[in-house]
Amino acid sequence: MTFNTVRLDHKIIYQIVEPGSRVLDLGCGEGDLIYFLAKEKGARVQGIELSEEAIYRCVEKGLSVFHSDIDSGLIEYPDKSFDYVILNQSMQETKKVDFVLKEALRVGKKVIVGFPNFAYVSARLRLFFSGETPVTPSLPYRWYNTPNLHFLSISDFRNFCEEKNVRILNTYYLGRRHLVRIWPNLFALSAIFVIQSSS
Amino acid sequence: MDKKKSLGNVETQYVTFAAPPQELLLEGGQKLGPITLAYETYGRLDAEKGNAVLICHALSGDAHAAGLHQGDEDPGWWDAMIGPGKAFDTDKYFVICSNVIGGCKGSTGPSSLNPATGRPYGLDFPIITIGDMVNAQRYLIDHLGIGRLLCVCGGSMGGMQVLQWVASYPERVRCAIPIATALKHSPQQIAFDEVGRQAVMADPEWREGAYYGQGQPERGLAVARMIGHITYMSDKSMEEKFSRRLKEKEFSFQFKTDFEVEGYLRYRGDNFVKRFDANSYLYITKAMDYFDVSAGKLIPAERRPDTRFLVIAFRSDWLYPLYQSQEIVRQLKRRHADATYCEIDSTYGHDAFLLEIEEETHLIKHFLDKTYKGYNVR
Repeated sequence: MTFNTVRLDHKIIYQIVEPGSRVLDLGCGEGDLIYFLAKEKGARVQGIELSEEAIYRCVEKGLSVFHSDIDSGLIEYPDKSFDYVILNQSMQETKKVDFVLKEALRVGKKVIVGFPNFAYVSARLRLFFSGETPVTPSLPYRWYNTPNLHFLSISDFRNFCEEKNVRILNTYYLGRRHLVRIWPNLFALSAIFVIQSSS
Repeated sequence: MDKKKSLGNVETQYVTFAAPPQELLLEGGQKLGPITLAYETYGRLDAEKGNAVLICHALSGDAHAAGLHQGDEDPGWWDAMIGPGKAFDTDKYFVICSNVIGGCKGSTGPSSLNPATGRPYGLDFPIITIGDMVNAQRYLIDHLGIGRLLCVCGGSMGGMQVLQWVASYPERVRCAIPIATALKHSPQQIAFDEVGRQAVMADPEWREGAYYGQGQPERGLAVARMIGHITYMSDKSMEEKFSRRLKEKEFSFQFKTDFEVEGYLRYRGDNFVKRFDANSYLYITKAMDYFDVSAGKLIPAERRPDTRFLVIAFRSDWLYPLYQSQEIVRQLKRRHADATYCEIDSTYGHDAFLLEIEEETHLIKHFLDKTYKGYNVR
C-alpha cells in the first residue's frame, strides 16, 4: 500500500492522528483505515462493525473488532478511554445520532466525524431542476437502497455543534481529489470535523 | 486453500499427580488425590515452547479431540478443527486436550477407584468446580514443561474453562477463545441441568450413586441426554432435520416412536449411556452450575489484561444466548482488553460450535496466526 493509493479521507485522518494514539473506529467496515493507522502510525486501534463479513476481513488483517451496532456499543467504556473516536461515513447511518455523538464525545478525548455533504452543488441542481433525490459521488445510492438514515449539510453540522455546545477544533472539506477551500457547503462532496466536548 | 489432512492414528496418554499428602485442594474445601488426567497431544512443541494450544472439551467430551484411535471409525470430537492445515494447524502448533476431572474418559472421576476404600468413589467423590478442573489441567501443562500457553480454546463448558484459565492464570494465557459460553450459568441453564440430574437420580438403578458393578441408571441418564439434545438444537434446525417426518408410513396409534425426532432422541440417549457415566453427568453439570466469573472476577479492576480474546457466539443458540457472550465482551471492554467479538449467523443452535467449521476456522486461523507471530497491529 502506497500513500498515493490511499483514499483522500483516510489520508486526512492519518494526518490528524498522532503516533501511538488510542483509536476507536465506529463502523470500521473492513478495517482499512485502522489497519493503516496501526501499521503506519503505531496507533492502538479497536473497531466496532455490524457486518459479519467485514468482521472476517478485519480478523484477517489482525485487527481487534467488536461485532455490534454503534448505537449500543459504547456504554461500557470509561470516560476519555480513547484519544480519538472516529465516525467516518457512519454517523449518518446510525439511528440515534444525537446519542452516539454524545457517547463518542464522552469516551473520546477528540472525535473525528466524516460525512457526505447533502448541499453539494450537483445535489442542489438535481433537486432543483429535475426534482429528484440527489445522487452524487459521496451519496451514490438511490432513495430505495441508501444506508443513510440522515441527510445533512456542512452548515447543518456546524449548527448542530453550536446548539450542543460542541467545540470544533478543525475542519477539512473534500472534493473529488483535493481539499476544497472556498464555499465548502456548496463545493465540498464531504467533510471531516474534529470535535471535542466543551466541558 | 490449504491441503487438509487427518492426523491419522493417535493415542491417549496419562499423567498422575497430587498423590497424598500433596493432594489438590478443591474449591469446596475437600482434597483430591492422587489424580490421573487422560490427555492427547497433536503436533510438536517448538524449541521455545511457545506454540502450545490447550483445547477444553464440553460436558460430554473427552481428551480424544482429533485423529483416530486404532480400530475406530470415527475421529475425535473436533477433528474438523484440529490437524494439518486446519484451524488449529498441527504443522504449526502443539495441541493438547485433556479429559476433565470428574469425567469418565480416563481422568479421575466418580467411577474411578477410591484409594481409601478400593471401590469406585460414587458419591464419595468430592464436588468439583470449573476452577478445580483448570487447576488440574495446570498440573498437566507444568508436566509438559509449558510456561505460557499460546492459546486456550473451547466451546460451551470448554469456554468456561477458557474464562477460568484467564481468571486463575492470566500470565499463562497469550490468547483466549471462548465459544458459545457464559460468565455464569443463568437460572434457565441451571434448571435444565437440574432436570437432567433429577432424571438420573429418580431412576432406581442409580442406587444413591453406588451402582458400579450392577449396571448404571440407563433410563434416567438417557432421558437427561434427550433433554440436553433438545437444548443443543434450535427450532429451525429441528424443523430442517426432522420436520414432522414419520419413521413408518402411517401413525401407529400406539406409544411407539412415530416421529423421526423421537427416534433421534432415543438413539442419542441410548448411545450416550453406553459411553458416559451417570455420576460424572451429575458432577460435571453441578460444576457448570457453580461457575461464575462475573462481577470483575474474570479480570480484576486493577489488572491490565495481557491476554488477547476472540469471543464467538451463534445467533440461534438459545441455551447460551448472545447476551451472555455480549456480557463477556462488556467485561473485556471495561478492562480495555484487546478483544474481538463475532456473532456467527447459524441456524444450528448451541450445536453450532461443533458444526460451523468454516466460519470458526476462518476466524481462529487468522487470529491464532497473528497472535503466534507476535504481529499485533494494535
